[in-house]
Amino acid sequence: MSVSPYDSYRPPEEPRRRRRRRNRPPGGGAFRRGGGDGSREVAMVPEPEFTSYYGRPIVKAPPWDSKIATYLFLGGLSGGSAILALGGYLTDRSALRRNGRLAALTAAGLGGVALVADLGRPERFLHMMRTFKPTSPMSMGSWVLATFSTNAGVAAAVEVDRMTGERLPLGPLRPVLHAAELPTSVAAGLLGAPMATYTAMLLSDTSVPTWHEMHGHLAFVFASSASLASGGLMMLTSPVSQTAPARFFAVAGVAGELVAMRVMKNAMDPLTVEPLEQGRPGTWLEWSERLSIAGGLGALLGGRRRWVAAASGAALMASSALTRFGVFWGGKESVKDPKYTVVPQRNRLEKRRAAGITDDSITTAG
Amino acid sequence: MSTDRMTPTSAFADDTHWEHPHPRRGFFTDTSICIGCKACEVACKEWNRNPVDSDYEILGSSYDNTGGLGADTWRHVAFIEQSQERIEEARESGRALVNLGMPRVGPPAPSPAPASTGCACGPAAPADDAAGSGCACSGPSSATTAPATAGCGSADGCGCSSGGAGGAAAGTAEGGSPVLDTPDFRWLMSSDVCKHCTHAGCLDVCPTGALFRTEFGTVVVQEDICNGCGTCVAGCPFGVIERRDDGLVEPKTQRGTPPMPDTVKVPQDGIAQKCTLCYDRMKEDQTPACAQACPTTSIKYGERETMLESAQQRVAQLHEQGRTEARLYGANPKDGVGGTGSIFLLLDEPEVYGLPPDPRVPTADLPRMYRRAGAAVLGMLALGAAAFTVGDRR
Repeated sequence: MSVSPYDSYRPPEEPRRRRRRRNRPPGGGAFRRGGGDGSREVAMVPEPEFTSYYGRPIVKAPPWDSKIATYLFLGGLSGGSAILALGGYLTDRSALRRNGRLAALTAAGLGGVALVADLGRPERFLHMMRTFKPTSPMSMGSWVLATFSTNAGVAAAVEVDRMTGERLPLGPLRPVLHAAELPTSVAAGLLGAPMATYTAMLLSDTSVPTWHEMHGHLAFVFASSASLASGGLMMLTSPVSQTAPARFFAVAGVAGELVAMRVMKNAMDPLTVEPLEQGRPGTWLEWSERLSIAGGLGALLGGRRRWVAAASGAALMASSALTRFGVFWGGKESVKDPKYTVVPQRNRLEKRRAAGITDDSITTAG
Repeated sequence: MSTDRMTPTSAFADDTHWEHPHPRRGFFTDTSICIGCKACEVACKEWNRNPVDSDYEILGSSYDNTGGLGADTWRHVAFIEQSQERIEEARESGRALVNLGMPRVGPPAPSPAPASTGCACGPAAPADDAAGSGCACSGPSSATTAPATAGCGSADGCGCSSGGAGGAAAGTAEGGSPVLDTPDFRWLMSSDVCKHCTHAGCLDVCPTGALFRTEFGTVVVQEDICNGCGTCVAGCPFGVIERRDDGLVEPKTQRGTPPMPDTVKVPQDGIAQKCTLCYDRMKEDQTPACAQACPTTSIKYGERETMLESAQQRVAQLHEQGRTEARLYGANPKDGVGGTGSIFLLLDEPEVYGLPPDPRVPTADLPRMYRRAGAAVLGMLALGAAAFTVGDRR
């Protein structure tokens, strides 16, 4: 407190704004962070008014770290690569087939290691195979990963055998292995798509506010992201004469991702989009978009030049990794502040009450 | 299909094809008579041998230095300090619930007895009400004021109220109804616990089958099956279940000295942990440790139907006393989790206690997710096919 003689010239102090007014949608509240006078940036979403228990989180984030975010990327990469490998096999593009198969197996293998390492009890990873449980995306995902990797593994083994001039110590099993090439390639290609998208369900089927709000569209974002990543990898590793389909796959993925991301953000509760647009996840997603546009344009316009194709491919892969990391860590952020849990729930409750539905609240008068 | 459609009112065995005809059990936590002694927290830790949460720290949140439910804390007592203004707001929001015509769950709670003689469980509480279920009346008052057979319907008040009044309040107002708060300030104290939901998010998303529904309708982790994938942690709409760290429990030493040699390894590290509603004790027809230890009968345990009934009577009684801030949480079978096994009587909005205001089991949207993911899968395959046909010509 100041004792300056000029204090009497000050305007009267305004009473402190209370944060605890409830039963009001956030839109109705005043903008807390100013901007009316142009002195500061206008908040896109008005500061919500809500109550919480000492600002503590309500829901808990899963104990997953960057290993899982890496797996999200690798799973998409391997799924998309298997699709391109199948195409390369059926249309007789040897480099595309070889690189696709090897990439599918390597990425799935590394991803599997990341998954197991993230378990609380890694030695019990086989317990995932105890049940087949459609209500659990993690269970379905484990089965997809297991069948996909098996098929991709056989297809890759054929490839390695061929690359080494049939020197793998297979003995009488060589004809069996080579006979399995077609069915396993087809199976890996078809399972590649669920492999790339099931992780969207894994994230959305949670109480993490931002992830759950994405549940209608995240699968499209992830499928597109996988397409552009695997297309990018093929552009990076294979000669341009064979990568026309990969370029198409990648460019379509870029377009799909740009659209799906926009549609998804529009469909979400505006407050739960916030964690995707601020902090490090926000920066990552911004760069992901820039890189995917750059890579897409490179593939479209200069894809027949080897170095342009390689640079675009690298940009696309980086973009996909950033998308997965941004979505993953944005969701983890949304758990830390209870407003992301409370305010959307309050809003939907009020909306239902306003529509005359008053019998489905967890809070009852008797 | 593992999403069982068990409704709180229907017989458990019918819906789940379970051969045990046990009734569903649950808690009723009446926060209006909680005195915040944390006996439940201690009893829970001791019985279940849960390790300390972390280094001791002062959280600066009233008398709560536990923070919240987690892998090592299966009962958590919340402390909230509120001013008169806030009490009025709570009373108003509670009244709004009544005015909304919120449904009375189950049979309309009959409130024949006036407030001064009514009792939370009253004569409705059957004698066999699950071993030591801690009916509000079975406490001190029945011993001192009325014979046990008559419940506690004696004229001079009710055990439920006096239990709370003894600890939290001073004196009684007109008509013998206790004054639980001072006029201008109140404490809210509430013992939180796993809700044991009818549609349990953790159970739905568990990929190993480690989480299962017991014969008592509760949800329990099998410690030898869980591999610590952590999916259930995010699946819970209440933030209850958590993966236990593989940290070590260290006896406290002087600041700066190295840890003592007899450092103890945490039991069950790396797997998901939460309240089991004392499954081991239930199987022996014992009351869960927290309910057994609660000195004010704020935590009651028994068949869920009985708990629901006493909760409804208690809230009606409080409303008659003009305490319209009282409301039930988890009693509605139509809510987003199909009603909870642990019912709470709250005196303010749920989020004040750190509870979600409109929880919804994430699996409820799973059919839509499957459809969308299916469309994305087909789209990606079609794109692949197009790449090798249309894209080929470029």
